[in-house]
Amino acid sequence: MSDTLTLPLHAVAHGRAGDKGNRSNISVVAYLPEAFAYLCDQVTEDKVLGLFRHKGATQVTRYVLPNLNALNFVIDDALEGGVNSALTQDLHGKTLSFLLLGEIEVTVPRSCVPAGSRYLGD
Amino acid sequence: MTASTVYIGSGAGFAGDRIDAGLPVVETLARRDGPRYLIFEVMGERTLAIAQRIKMRNPELGYSPYLEPYLRGVLKPAKDAGVRIVANLGNANPLGGARKTLEIAAELGIDGLRVAVVLGDDLLSFMSGDEVAALPAVEGVSIAGKEIVAANAYLGARPVAEALTLGTDVVLVGRTTDAALVLGPLIHEFGWTEDDWDRLAAGTLAGHLLECGGQVTGGYFCDPGFKDVPGMDELGFPIGEISADGSIVITKAENTGGLVTRATVTEQILYEMHDPAAYLTPDVALDVTGVTLADDGKDRVRVLGAKGHPPPETLKVTVSADGGWLGEAELTYAGPNALARANLAADIVRKRLASRGVKDPVRVEIVGAGAAFDNDASDRQRGANMPMNGEYRLRAAVRTDDKATAQYVNDEVLSLFCSGPAGGGGYRCSITGQVNTASVLVPRGPVEAQAKAEEVTA
Repeated sequence: MSDTLTLPLHAVAHGRAGDKGNRSNISVVAYLPEAFAYLCDQVTEDKVLGLFRHKGATQVTRYVLPNLNALNFVIDDALEGGVNSALTQDLHGKTLSFLLLGEIEVTVPRSCVPAGSRYLGD
Repeated sequence: MTASTVYIGSGAGFAGDRIDAGLPVVETLARRDGPRYLIFEVMGERTLAIAQRIKMRNPELGYSPYLEPYLRGVLKPAKDAGVRIVANLGNANPLGGARKTLEIAAELGIDGLRVAVVLGDDLLSFMSGDEVAALPAVEGVSIAGKEIVAANAYLGARPVAEALTLGTDVVLVGRTTDAALVLGPLIHEFGWTEDDWDRLAAGTLAGHLLECGGQVTGGYFCDPGFKDVPGMDELGFPIGEISADGSIVITKAENTGGLVTRATVTEQILYEMHDPAAYLTPDVALDVTGVTLADDGKDRVRVLGAKGHPPPETLKVTVSADGGWLGEAELTYAGPNALARANLAADIVRKRLASRGVKDPVRVEIVGAGAAFDNDASDRQRGANMPMNGEYRLRAAVRTDDKATAQYVNDEVLSLFCSGPAGGGGYRCSITGQVNTASVLVPRGPVEAQAKAEEVTA
């Protein structure tokens, strides 16, 4: 069994999305402190921008909060105008934290995944 | 004598939050000693425009439609226990809300309930629409040329603290920062000065953590199998225990579900936060980059290390204008080949709206095939390899200034019943009036000069 796994971010982190106007912010919080350095290395501004470009995103700023084992992504123009003009069901982009957690993959040691996680398949 | 610890609980984190969540909070606060408060945060960006329209039709109304349901359940137990209520249930009409509160108190047989209000957030009461339209915009749609329905500045915590000096049981505000509902009582109890930046920052952070109600106690957090939360059907709402030195413990109402952990607190710290070193309010610029969390027993997390810096010289103002109509219609296809039938239905609607000359922005998509993460052109959905058999829901949406166009788009979905693919069912539609908002900045001096607190009597 390999000691390194490539998994959706959802296996090692959780997060929450919020909106202000046409700007979304999505937090990414490591379940285990040992996973945090891998998130810093692999969950980059470019990757997140690529994930939201189809919605019109123009820029991503990543803030690093080592005390909280957390990253905060601020994604400009991600909400197709937000509550003022979007036509999607989810005008505030509240569901988008799970787009990020689901589609960005990370490669981490097994020990970065919480024990008993469904992703470990034990 | 200055208190050592102030207890502040939340009864609602948005308009539509559980009506009965506040009572266990009051019951828990009743078992504590010292200054105790219950807050209700029920305002969104669009709330004031909707409330202003209601007030135009009836000058007695325009306070939150949730004022009565939220207060009715807690007013007596809170008064009996000495728990003071601070709430933005005033919306566009804090005075009307105060009179309604006194009416409810009389009806419930509560003797001597006293209510104060904070006024002065409504720019249109002392500025013209043209003056407001000329303020520099920071976000949102252009409001040039549109009739402004509401323009309200986010006041800080000082007017809330001033209202509390009047000694009333209830303080109703309109537009203040959400955090001011918590920082106001802390300034009142601890006498924090205007340049005590780190303590003001701590109080603002406490407010930020409490203002969304159950979002810090496991609500909007639970992800079954990954982040489990017990008893979400009886989710306990949060209580902050804040000390004079600015240290915070977040806990929750006793005998309820939910949980408070470092993870729930972390998610809420970063909720709707952009630069974590500069969360701007009229009271302080909050920096959470040095914040640390520590377990402090079951369902108790200690929050330390908020830093503060001087706030901006401007206040944020939400300006609202009419935003036309949003039409939405949906129809479900299920079972064998459902996706093919739903896709055909979507194509039919797109073709007909184009050939019949609908020029307004339209989105036609299939819920169940990745719509939530998609864009208006359904680019992701087209590339996805979803199963043909299943359950899919066609959805069409339009934004238009012409209500008849919204009706027409909805009718094109409805007409699929007899003229579309086989087996469509479960048609639902709505046409809702929209409010557009922009954020603009106003110099704080002249606005804050208008802010005042006063007691309201029946």
